[in-house]
Amino acid sequence: MLGGLLVYPIYQLGLISFFEYTQAQVSGGEPTTFQGFGNYAELFGDPQFWQVLLATVLFAAACVVSTLAVGCALAVLLTRVRALPRLALMLAALGAWATPAVTGSTVWLFLFDPDFGPVNRMLGLGDHSWTYGRISAFFLVLLEVVWCSFPFVMVTVYAGIRAVPSEVLEAAALDGASQWRIWRSVLAPMLRPILVVVTIQSVIWDFKVFTQIYVMTNGGGIAGQNLVLNVYAYQQAFASSQYSLGSAIGVVMLLILLAVTLVYLRLLRRQGEEL
Amino acid sequence: MNLLRARVRRPGRLAAEASALLIAVVVAFPLYWMVLSAFKPAGEIESSEPRPWTLAPSLDSFRRVFGQQEFGRYFLNSLVVASCVVIASALIAFLAATAVTRFRFRLRTTLLIMFLVAQMVPVEALTIPLFFLMRDFGQLNTLGSLILPHIAFSLPFAIWMLRGFVKGVPEALEEAAYIDGASRARFLWQILFPLVLPGLVATSVFSFISAWNDFLFAKSFIISDTSQSTLPMALLVFYKPDDPDWGGVMAASTVMTIPVLVFFVLVQRRLVSGLGGAVKD
Repeated sequence: MLGGLLVYPIYQLGLISFFEYTQAQVSGGEPTTFQGFGNYAELFGDPQFWQVLLATVLFAAACVVSTLAVGCALAVLLTRVRALPRLALMLAALGAWATPAVTGSTVWLFLFDPDFGPVNRMLGLGDHSWTYGRISAFFLVLLEVVWCSFPFVMVTVYAGIRAVPSEVLEAAALDGASQWRIWRSVLAPMLRPILVVVTIQSVIWDFKVFTQIYVMTNGGGIAGQNLVLNVYAYQQAFASSQYSLGSAIGVVMLLILLAVTLVYLRLLRRQGEEL
Repeated sequence: MNLLRARVRRPGRLAAEASALLIAVVVAFPLYWMVLSAFKPAGEIESSEPRPWTLAPSLDSFRRVFGQQEFGRYFLNSLVVASCVVIASALIAFLAATAVTRFRFRLRTTLLIMFLVAQMVPVEALTIPLFFLMRDFGQLNTLGSLILPHIAFSLPFAIWMLRGFVKGVPEALEEAAYIDGASRARFLWQILFPLVLPGLVATSVFSFISAWNDFLFAKSFIISDTSQSTLPMALLVFYKPDDPDWGGVMAASTVMTIPVLVFFVLVQRRLVSGLGGAVKD
């Protein structure tokens, strides 16, 4: 089954990307013609593709960095407080984590709504529209993505810190190490395996954000200014019936994530992980 | 010396606790606002002076949601998809995880690496070929078109995570069971199964959430027969970009979020320990 629903579609994805496949072939019964790398040539010749690719990479990088920073900082904070505030923060984070992407997106849109949202009132921004500008729309989506993905990082890193024996930390403190020094020279190396896992997971998740962009910017923003690769592929395939172009974008995504996976596997191997 | 340090550290800890509480409030605020807006009467939602409380809670938005477009049916559809995915993937993952941990066979390592790689495949990139696959099998517009892919995509992660739990069961136990005359099947279901149940629960949460929250497949595969739609699509009925019915959207969001929230809180302890296990492994 895994083969049927995973390997075969990948094969077909590659196949479609080499053919001319549009509405005429899907419903009109027109013969499919082999294009070779024609679709890729068209894709790589399209300035919009490069623009979307750049936006995707920058957006994913921003999401990963903010998620990791917030998650790690809060994990450290969790170790400093007593049970009650810790429980409060944990529960709030679990709530954010559990929220479906669709509802998270609509709720954040409502919070930042120019007419009825509380955020603009609080900040005194009048009816400033967050989804109008390219950067501010991306920023809004980024906030939502960080909100729903930092809990995973926080919980995992917190569990990792708790697993570090307290004697080690006490010894370091006795030797006169500063907090920063303890983090850098003791905690960070011990947490490295966990940090690798959460980083790679975040890269993979944030690189293929779909729902948030689709819902919050209404399918890619004004004139497609907020498109990322995933949404772009969807729009090409299902909105413009350019199935082969959409597949070609899918292949590009697949290759990029495959590269990330290889790095991940090598890092695991280096840690002496036995499969 | 000790006393001194305690005195120095106290304001620091109070500050840390205050900020932890503050951050908790900020993080929880969107959810609070969602539930609050769902209960606000229409006039208060559309007011330009939004207030963080309401003195006249009403169920109007919920009535509108459940009245419109067979919302109950969407809810049921979502429930069917999610439970089929959870049950099927839990069973298959349990058997597969046992197979790859307890038996050594050719291609075992290759298989494990494949599971790992399969986790990285962007599901979204496969929507197009899956769409044609479903069309060729006449599965478009059916719940099956949502159930099958979700099982396939949640399996690799489930197997990967369960592996650690199966590994944790000592092999001596297995030998003892055989010596006592238990059959393979009996050991599997009466001894191993209860022991890895906590891990199974943790992985089920992930399958449940990915199926429950799915938006892309629901959007792509259920194209004409809206009676087969699931909740995320129903939510967007209320959300029209030019003139959204915020009360309806928030009420529908609340209805959609609460089951996941309940599920999550119920199993959170196991989830956290399960994650720890998976990461350490």
